[in-house]
Amino acid sequence: MRLRSLIFSIAAIPALLLAACGTAETPKAPAPSATTAPATPTASPTPTAVKSSGKELILATTTSTQDSGLLDVIVPLYEKQTGDKVKVIAVGSGAALELGRKGNADVLLVHSPAAEEAYMKEGAGINRTRVMYNDFVIVGPAADPAKIKGMKDSAAAMKAIQDAKAPFYSRGDNSGTHAAEQTLWKAANLAVPKGQPWYAETGQGMGATLTVALEKNGYTISDRATWLASAKKDQQPILVEGDAKLFNVYHVIPVNPEKFPAVNKTSAEQFRQFMVAKDTLSVIGNFGKDKYGAPLFIAYTE
Amino acid sequence: MDLLLEALREAWRLLLTGDADVYDVTLRTALITGTSTALSTVVGVPAGLAIALARFPGQRWLVALSNAGMGMPPVVAGLIVSMLLWRSGPFGSLGLIYTPAAMVIAQVVIATPLIIAVSAGAVMALPPTLHLQIRAMGAGTFQYLYLVAREARLPLLVAVMAGFGSVISEVGASMMVGGNLAGDTRVLTTAAVLEVSRGRFGTALALGIILLILVLAIAILLTVAQQRQQRR
Repeated sequence: MRLRSLIFSIAAIPALLLAACGTAETPKAPAPSATTAPATPTASPTPTAVKSSGKELILATTTSTQDSGLLDVIVPLYEKQTGDKVKVIAVGSGAALELGRKGNADVLLVHSPAAEEAYMKEGAGINRTRVMYNDFVIVGPAADPAKIKGMKDSAAAMKAIQDAKAPFYSRGDNSGTHAAEQTLWKAANLAVPKGQPWYAETGQGMGATLTVALEKNGYTISDRATWLASAKKDQQPILVEGDAKLFNVYHVIPVNPEKFPAVNKTSAEQFRQFMVAKDTLSVIGNFGKDKYGAPLFIAYTE
Repeated sequence: MDLLLEALREAWRLLLTGDADVYDVTLRTALITGTSTALSTVVGVPAGLAIALARFPGQRWLVALSNAGMGMPPVVAGLIVSMLLWRSGPFGSLGLIYTPAAMVIAQVVIATPLIIAVSAGAVMALPPTLHLQIRAMGAGTFQYLYLVAREARLPLLVAVMAGFGSVISEVGASMMVGGNLAGDTRVLTTAAVLEVSRGRFGTALALGIILLILVLAIAILLTVAQQRQQRR
């Protein structure tokens, strides 16, 4: 890390100078490669310096694990134990599964059970393993125009929101949370209210969607971890929680190396085992306790 | 209003305390965008001169194409570069996806058409008699190009500045091909997006202020270098 910063600072100087002299030099240089060519060698040390350290593992995961800060704790732990270098690509669960489906990632950490099962059936993953859970919560404006506060049945709450035509903000990005929301509409025997004037899709991550819902005084569904980690909880309280339908399970799935030979299968399996190791699970179970008074995720392996 | 003040205080604090992460991200931003601006300049300015001055079939189409390239949406450039560099893509075996090098490639794709178009425009705006004068003095091709570029050096600076501005401020392509990896491919813009999605608007704005300071510093540096040249 320190070494890399050093390389950066040294390399930055000529790069800046080059950029600065760019125009001053060009008049002399109808074949300007002669004067500015050093730019290329200056640039190349960067990627090589990154690659040389241990094996590289591409982890495609959901925004909730990154936005909540969990990965900032877990990933350095794994890197220290194994010497691997983890590249975390935080996207929605749908996009993460898609990266795995094309062999563009080594291992996935996702929370979209139905989509994961379809993914496994295609043979794109191996050894899908349960890691942890938290739960989804329905949050909304403190004024609660649809009067759903304290409801025990989350599907009934969705129906109340629809009946009140209260603004609802959906992720709309095929993420695990988006899938859970669609399941809830189905559980209430309703069609997904796409196109209704009170229903909008943000197409963004959980943190951003919470902000939109807050600003627009609307309801939304969030995983508890992201909600806890985001600010303004008093203006955007949890209204419905604790329903079994709001259960949110995370699985780790190594991408199938037989299908994609480029996959780093050793590190992927190593990461899977790391995620369900006793020590890691205790770190997961304690994450956020000091800051929020309650853990953000609960260890829940097989 | 509170939020703005808080953000300013946060930016001030981050700058004063020399926060290691912020320092690292800022340097990385300067390095990556500096490299891509330099490469785009090396390709873009001569190409701009060429399509402005040479006479060949299809030349007008090239000018139109580079003008259209000015509107290249970063996210499209990012998607195309990702598809090429992903393991499933034709250059996947190079292992370049999610590295600073991938970000440089995507940024060169964004900045080069811009620099070509602006520098071509700069040269075409020179008075037509100038070309005759230079030719009449018996200049060879390289002398001719040199003199033309010298005449147009101020607008050529604008071309480079435009290229630099486009890559340092873009976020879509950097996010996609770089992956916003901490300590590796996280630059000021992608870090700001992450802080926004985490709901930490003060820190996000602080990063934006640092970005503006960086752009301002480089603009001043370029302008001073340019004016010194002018006086000679």
